[in-house]
Amino acid sequence: MAGEGEKKAVLEMVQADGADEGCVTFVLHDEDHTLGNSLRYMIMKNADVEFCGYTITHPSESKINFRIQTRGGIPAAEPLRRGLNELSDVCQHVLNTFQGLFPSQESCGEADLVLSFLNWRKQQEANLNFHARNRTEKETLGVLANSNFK
Amino acid sequence: MERREPLLYRKGGAGGAKDSPPTRQNGSQHGERGRNSESSNIGRIWCDECKCGCDRGFGEAQHVLCGVVHTTDFPGNYPGYDDTWNVEKFQKNFRIDVVHLDENSMEFDMVGIDAAIANAFRRILLAEVPTMAIEKVFIYSNTSIVQDEVLAHRLGLIPIKADPRLFEYRNTGEESAEEEGSEIDTIQLQLKIKCSRNPRASKDSSDPRELYLNHMVYSKDIKWVPIGNQADVFADCCIGPVHDDILIAQLRPGQELDIVMHCVKGIGKDHAKFSPVATASYRLLPEITLLEVVEGEKAERLKQCFSRGVIDLEDINGTKVAKVVNSRLDTCSREVLRHSDLKNVVKLGRVRDHFIFTVESTGILPPDVLVTEAIKVLMAKCQRFLNELDSTVME
Repeated sequence: MAGEGEKKAVLEMVQADGADEGCVTFVLHDEDHTLGNSLRYMIMKNADVEFCGYTITHPSESKINFRIQTRGGIPAAEPLRRGLNELSDVCQHVLNTFQGLFPSQESCGEADLVLSFLNWRKQQEANLNFHARNRTEKETLGVLANSNFK
Repeated sequence: MERREPLLYRKGGAGGAKDSPPTRQNGSQHGERGRNSESSNIGRIWCDECKCGCDRGFGEAQHVLCGVVHTTDFPGNYPGYDDTWNVEKFQKNFRIDVVHLDENSMEFDMVGIDAAIANAFRRILLAEVPTMAIEKVFIYSNTSIVQDEVLAHRLGLIPIKADPRLFEYRNTGEESAEEEGSEIDTIQLQLKIKCSRNPRASKDSSDPRELYLNHMVYSKDIKWVPIGNQADVFADCCIGPVHDDILIAQLRPGQELDIVMHCVKGIGKDHAKFSPVATASYRLLPEITLLEVVEGEKAERLKQCFSRGVIDLEDINGTKVAKVVNSRLDTCSREVLRHSDLKNVVKLGRVRDHFIFTVESTGILPPDVLVTEAIKVLMAKCQRFLNELDSTVME
């Protein structure tokens, strides 16, 4: 935990003297509203949490004070960990949903793109009804086809 | 059991009172925002139980599942309601619809997510998705009228077409002695141009395009100089500025530029030149409800108050009746509130969990890749703190 040399702190825990494990302020370094607000939202959805909030102590310093108070003596690191996991799962689900709309994407080289486009074309011709649920999606894929291959 | 106000008619919209559709009996839980992604009232399946506008057509059970993602929906806020985070509820209600996509811009709808997370994605798109941009400018010769620092600033803002996922960040501080950087974290570009008089110009012309050669320095004059094994790795993708026609400086005969540039990977938080989007923004889907039947000349005026295509006049029994057709097209000018007889007829609001994102890329990465990268950045942030928590626990 003790930083030596140039090791920068990422996460610190500050606890008032005499308070129990359930009331802790976490100091998250190099973070701002991006993670702070979304993490606060996820942790507030937890029924064990009595209080959750974050504050940016000074706009010149990029760190946030994230306070969690639990009811029932649960250590505060647990809702934090659970909130981080749930937020990560939300992102994963959003990513899967989004990438599911572009079956032929995600390639760096042009050769890969061509191959995947040919596969996609074949799939398109095979299942004409696949995209029937969303007309705009078909348009999207049509535009994709036109734009990527000049 | 206390009933909360139906979320469809939310606080904050103009004309806050609760109103149509027909009120429900007995404390059944009343859900949610209409899901009008493209059209609103036409073709929507009104639920049998309550006309909350939920277009799923399910019974009461489904309505309990609505109301998952509002900021006031935390456990304990509304007694008798279970607002705890429920993954299944979220996954069932969540969807993404791509409305428009081309190589530089994209418009898509994200439905069923909270503003905190949608805003996080927007902030990350603007400031935390990395790109490559010119950082170090070595000016060997600059005899133009543009000052060195101004020229360097302009060069930094030019978008460079290089996939940032194939490069590493440069370690600052450790290699302060070594200015060169290596092939995994640096792209070297060169700009070498000299303006001269055109010997073939006619004697009496005054057009600089005829009199001088190379008097306008465009971004197409920037050439890539591969270092190390970059020539093999990036043989097929040409690395250079995204656009060829960005004017960098103007020269006159005798003036020249001899500049070597190093591009590094960075994020928009550090300097705006690293931002991969021209802009990324979202708006909430507007929601227009007519509280009473509007017909005739009043309907005509009502139609004029909104953007074209939002309100249509239907012919019922000879009279024209106004109907909301597509609230998505509305630009929310609130013109209708300026008319004393029309302002009590409509209720203006927003669907709180329907975000219409517009992402416009600078050309470095296609917009769908940008959104994917932004989501991955948020996941990486969470992972970073999870690792940190685990390592402190183990100590």
